[in-house]
Amino acid sequence: MLLFTVKRLLLLIPVFLAISVVIFMLVHLVPGDPIDSILRVGATPSERAALVARYGLDQPILTQYVTWFGKMVQGDLGDAIILRRPVADLIAMNLPHSLALGSLALLFSTVVGITAGALAAIFRDTWFDRGVMTLILLGSTVPSFWLGLLMIMLFAVTLGWFPVSGARTASALVLPVLTIGLGGVALVARVTRVAMMDIARRDFVMMLHAKGVSRWRIELGSVLRHAMMPVVTILSLRIGWILGGAVAVEFVFARPGLGSLLITSLNQRDYPVVQGCLLMLAIAVMLGTLLGDILQAMMDPRIREGMK
Amino acid sequence: MSALWFLWGVARTPRGAVSAVVLVLVIVCALFAPWLAPYEYAIQNLPGANTPPNATHWMGTDEFGRDLMSRIIHGARTSLSVAITAIGISVVAGMTLGAMAGYFGGIFDRVVTAVVDLTWSFPEILIALLLIAIIGTGTESIMIAIAIAYLAQFTRLTRAQVMALRSETYIEATVNLGAGHAHVIFRHLLPNAITPVIVAGMLATGDAIILEATLGFFGLGAQPPTPSWGAMMSSGTAQIFIAPWIILFPGAAIALTVIAINLFGDALIDALDIRNRLREV
Repeated sequence: MLLFTVKRLLLLIPVFLAISVVIFMLVHLVPGDPIDSILRVGATPSERAALVARYGLDQPILTQYVTWFGKMVQGDLGDAIILRRPVADLIAMNLPHSLALGSLALLFSTVVGITAGALAAIFRDTWFDRGVMTLILLGSTVPSFWLGLLMIMLFAVTLGWFPVSGARTASALVLPVLTIGLGGVALVARVTRVAMMDIARRDFVMMLHAKGVSRWRIELGSVLRHAMMPVVTILSLRIGWILGGAVAVEFVFARPGLGSLLITSLNQRDYPVVQGCLLMLAIAVMLGTLLGDILQAMMDPRIREGMK
Repeated sequence: MSALWFLWGVARTPRGAVSAVVLVLVIVCALFAPWLAPYEYAIQNLPGANTPPNATHWMGTDEFGRDLMSRIIHGARTSLSVAITAIGISVVAGMTLGAMAGYFGGIFDRVVTAVVDLTWSFPEILIALLLIAIIGTGTESIMIAIAIAYLAQFTRLTRAQVMALRSETYIEATVNLGAGHAHVIFRHLLPNAITPVIVAGMLATGDAIILEATLGFFGLGAQPPTPSWGAMMSSGTAQIFIAPWIILFPGAAIALTVIAINLFGDALIDALDIRNRLREV
């Protein structure tokens, strides 16, 4: 298992390098000279040259990348142009909020999704199943930011149960988690339901029925257990998708976080911050996927053996 | 002709009928917006701002007194044209890349697969935001960003279809008869691989409408006064306490359209019996 984890971690290195190249190139691919956006109006050519030298823009591109990468690994992501602070500080301020929201939403999606999907499969073709199916359809089609706005209208404005926005209290997390969660629940519930219905048709399940094992014991002890494999597979593939949902939702609820920071800096063309946010989000997706893979390998020895 | 006949058959199933009616309605709105909209979408009337829905303005007015229903009808134009164009580009490019990778194999295949696998685990919205950071904001930019964000999906799907077909006897026979690569790919492989890709493209159009609205909501898409469903809700958030209909109606328009696309796509998958071929990826 340890060997698998190490090998899987090593595989991430080329991926991380590729991502870092794309994010580094971002500033250079933007039309226009990046210096013009930080140069004050009416600056002399010598001031310009000084800035170019300060940012190392007169160096060959490969040297620039190596310098940037070296600093980045040490946690130096440069300074924000508009906010005038080190990007690393901004990220350190916003990251905990995103982590709390993302992990809670993931937990909620998994627990509620598996429960709803399993119950729908056990009570297939009843009103409960149809209810879950409708929820799945809504959860995968309603835009998350609109759902967030609807929740604000209903629970924050009309009923006054939760704060409208911000992140000052723990109760401010409830609506954002529910908003991201519904999409995640829909995904997990759909896979759980289909997988359980598929496994319930297998011979060994029929055998258990024939032996007179009670229905709930079969459904929960055998069918659900076997159905967890595809659920974990989908979760590990789509973990980034659930985390990506956080970007829009943070913005809607005006919560601090990497997503809101990214959108704000994109609108202000504050490229060092955009780079930092994208880098962190990419790392989050990579680690999330890694976690899913490890979980999968823990459950299925065939995957562990396949890596050897 | 037979394709039209087939679609008509799908539209006569219960699921297909409901979704087809909604889809036709949205498409008619998008095509004939200037004639269908009761008011000009950009005409401001500040004394009549934030009016609740009533007999003259069925969906109320926004913070500038503009008729919301007219703006939603025109917004269908922006949303559909961006989503359909983006996915169209993505499907054509993805099919070309996927077919070439699956057919020729070798280094080209390995490079394409590596890039596709790299982008696969990242949510489309992150890829789109990265691209917008490079190419800038605006309607054309988000169109390109959405097209590239979905490229991996269609490349992967086409490649899987072509790989499955490549070893079929009739393909081998065609090659042995001396047919060129282009002939094999365009006359034999793609026509047989195209159905799942088109259906996946249709389902992705629904996702693309949501992605377009989300980017518009962030203020990165169509610039005012061009109406787009996402941007309308973005300006409506300031009015959430006094004029909730500014957010309710555009969001409902998106949700209805996307639900209809998904239901119709689902009916299509069942009618074509291709659920397994879509699951291969």
